[in-house]
Amino acid sequence: MSPSSPGRIVVVGAGMVAHRFADQLRSRSAEGDWRLTVIGDEPLLPYDRVHLSDLFTGKDAAALALEPSVWADPRITLVTGERVERLDRDARTVTTATGRVEPYDTLVLATGSWAWTPRTEGTDLPGVFSYRTVADVVAVQEWAATRAAELGRPLTGVVVGGGVLGLEAAAALQGLGATTTVVEFADRLMNVQLDDGGGEALRVLVTANGVEVRTAAAAVRLGAADDGAVATMDLSTGATVPADVVVFSTGIRPRDRLARESGLAIGERGGVVVGRTCRTSDPAVWAIGECASFEGECVGLVAPGNLMADVVASQLFGGPRTYTPAPEGTRLKGAGVEAASFGDVFGLTPGALEVTLADPVARTYRKIVVSDDARTLLGGVFVGDASLYASLRPLLGRPLGADPSAFLAPEGGAPAPGGDVPDDVVVCSCANVSAGSVRAAVTEHGCTTVGEVKACTKAGTVCGSCVPLLTKIVTATLEDAGITVSRAMCEHFAMPRAELFALVREGGLRTFSEVVAAHGTGRGCVICKPVVASILSSLGAGHVLEPEHAALQDTNDHVLANLQKDGTYSVVPRVPGGEITPEKLLVIAQVAQEFGLYTRITGAQRIGMFGARIDQLPAIWRRLVDAGMESGQAYGKSLRAVKSCVGSAWCRFGVQDSVGMGVRLELRYRGLRAPHKFKVGVSGCARECAEARGKDVGVIATEKGWNVYVGGNGGFTPRHAELLAEDLDDDRLVQVVDRFLAHYIQTADRLQRTAPWVADYPGGIEELRRVLVEDALGIGAQLDALVADHVDGYADEWRSTLEDPDKLRRFQAFVNAPGEHDPDLAYTAERGQARPARPGETAHHDPVVARTLEIVP
Amino acid sequence: MTRWTAVCALADLDPERGVTALVEGHQVAVFRLADDRVLAVQQKDPYSGANVLSRGIVGSAGDVATVTSPMYKQVWSLESGTCLDPGGKPAHDLVVFPARVDDGRVLVAAP
Repeated sequence: MSPSSPGRIVVVGAGMVAHRFADQLRSRSAEGDWRLTVIGDEPLLPYDRVHLSDLFTGKDAAALALEPSVWADPRITLVTGERVERLDRDARTVTTATGRVEPYDTLVLATGSWAWTPRTEGTDLPGVFSYRTVADVVAVQEWAATRAAELGRPLTGVVVGGGVLGLEAAAALQGLGATTTVVEFADRLMNVQLDDGGGEALRVLVTANGVEVRTAAAAVRLGAADDGAVATMDLSTGATVPADVVVFSTGIRPRDRLARESGLAIGERGGVVVGRTCRTSDPAVWAIGECASFEGECVGLVAPGNLMADVVASQLFGGPRTYTPAPEGTRLKGAGVEAASFGDVFGLTPGALEVTLADPVARTYRKIVVSDDARTLLGGVFVGDASLYASLRPLLGRPLGADPSAFLAPEGGAPAPGGDVPDDVVVCSCANVSAGSVRAAVTEHGCTTVGEVKACTKAGTVCGSCVPLLTKIVTATLEDAGITVSRAMCEHFAMPRAELFALVREGGLRTFSEVVAAHGTGRGCVICKPVVASILSSLGAGHVLEPEHAALQDTNDHVLANLQKDGTYSVVPRVPGGEITPEKLLVIAQVAQEFGLYTRITGAQRIGMFGARIDQLPAIWRRLVDAGMESGQAYGKSLRAVKSCVGSAWCRFGVQDSVGMGVRLELRYRGLRAPHKFKVGVSGCARECAEARGKDVGVIATEKGWNVYVGGNGGFTPRHAELLAEDLDDDRLVQVVDRFLAHYIQTADRLQRTAPWVADYPGGIEELRRVLVEDALGIGAQLDALVADHVDGYADEWRSTLEDPDKLRRFQAFVNAPGEHDPDLAYTAERGQARPARPGETAHHDPVVARTLEIVP
Repeated sequence: MTRWTAVCALADLDPERGVTALVEGHQVAVFRLADDRVLAVQQKDPYSGANVLSRGIVGSAGDVATVTSPMYKQVWSLESGTCLDPGGKPAHDLVVFPARVDDGRVLVAAP
């Protein structure tokens, strides 16, 4: 072995820190002739323990696996499911429980921690678990399922330990259907990370989530049921609580047995003693992560462990890096409440000043700790709203830049630190990435998106809490580099949609050729052509199906159906207000049966039929139109559906006829083209069964009329709609909705939904109310006219198409082979219906036949 | 020597839209441009595997006539088949089929 090579490296432990070490080794020495063997006792690929609680929400254990390409390196051997039993430092070997002997030149201990459980009587009973590994989570899940079945009732669960992990475990038990109690020895929850005020605020939030909290209590004895499983817990307060499942989350201890038995120096409170280079008392042995004791302390967090992995990878090749513990913060994850803190939580620094805002109405508690001159940030506590945590934590020990109380003000206070944080500030403490490294990823490595920066620097890839700050820095750096997001729609039009809309309206333009000649260049593209088609349609300049507009439409609008992954289409007739007759249901059933279409109820109270070939669409729609149905525009950037609850016609609680109003609104706005699709909901009382506030327009009945809410959204960024006007009568409601939609259509950007349009509206919802409800700008009549013209000009797109032989030509499969159709389509059966077959599956080209196929697993 | 297949009349095609033709067993996407030129490429979208390219939007990138996949929006030159915008994926070019108009008839050949 050459002096510059670490030779044969063995890592004991295969957790997150070992993975980081292997990854660092590869990137530091891509060509080196070292060999690395990583030995772990868990049977799985090294996984992301930080997100262990995700398993309870249905995530697969495999999805937690850390980037596996590391293990494909031919120099690296990963051994899982083997416990190292002995370390012989004289012979420089480790020996596993199965007798495998692994010689080393360099040994790295990354054994992590074990979950400590107090010596309470009964901790060996069935139904008592700890919370540390994937195996623990699986065991809890299995127990909860089988025990609930055995007992024939919901379980009661007790979590001992009210720290971060305990609260996660409590939320998880609740998710498994158990009534849950948290028992905490200290007088408050998260007592290490939160002060009294924060702990009390957290108790309120956790209790509101249905978890019972008992502080200043210890578990003294567990009692068994007749069948021997755990059933009760006696507390130090004298109380006895029922306990069908118990999880201990009472802290962790370093796994240092190998080191102890082989005579390495051990810290007073456990852990393998290391110095700044992470070397132990044996120069050939290093220790990293939670098992390493630096200055008498083992830290149970991933960030310092990753830092130690980097240090050792650097040191092994003669590098200069050493370990300096960085002040850490803690953030509660996966418990359904927000709590986070960092730095000097208790204000113990001499002269420290605390600025606290406790808001019992909003159920938030926020505290900022600063130095005696109120300039330097020393710490923070955030409960109920931890949004400041990610932006303030990196400024720990630095000037705050504003009066601390300004950060805590509910609205309009000092803006959170943005893209201008100093270069040496650590933005992502998990991956130890500084603001400077993020900027370098943009300026030196050519990254132009947050996604690219994450891939390049690994920042934001572990816990994700720094992503908002990361985004600000990336955006600011891009702007500084002169890379601005152009306002141009595409290469053919230099202006955004709203400007083009105004130009087309003022110029009275009626075709794409006119529009591009007046305001653009070239022959358009997939971005601008549909936008122009939508603008022309909104302005009533001809039907979406007119020949000159035909070339502007994406295939969905061209053939009036929604393209599916295999090139076939879906068919969704309009079902206004969700109301449908048995006769129409029968026709839908017959059509679906005859054409072998996959059928499902959509999220919009309609019935979708999937798998229609382009050449089948006219025949299918002729049947539906003949039965009195019409296009549902499930393919268009237009009104999708109006969802309603059953309302006062049937419901005992309904105060208005929500179905009637739903039908009226749906028939009014059907076919109206907009910058994006939009949805409407109508609820017949304040119980809000139509979930109207999740829609672009939400209408909710009151005793006196209707309240209308706007700008709601489900999807990727859910947002509740905001109240625009109250207690409107039917006609006034329709007018306000008309104006809202018309104003949105005229001024929104391409593919901008109403939620961001409302959120970005200058002056906010108040100004929108002045413009639309009070007509402060005097544009009400013009907005009313846009919708009135649409209503007058409406015709069912499918009926018009079926009546026009020219338009029916677009539905040929082959221009030179009438009657033929795409021979590459193939379907298989699933749950009694057809779906596109994947390669190698039993399949048939005709879905009518395919749905009857026998699938041999 | 090139064997041409007459697939339809030029009048059967709408400007700046495509149709699908069968040419010696190949599915071919045939497009009529605004200036009445006719261009043809493979119908199979290399990214989704579905036979859909004739249903894409026709446009221009600089001076080059383009088609965009209706499935995942990759963009190709209709003249050379070169992938101009692979949408973050590896670039896959299209097979170009010789096409011309003769006396109002659209002719396409297998490459």
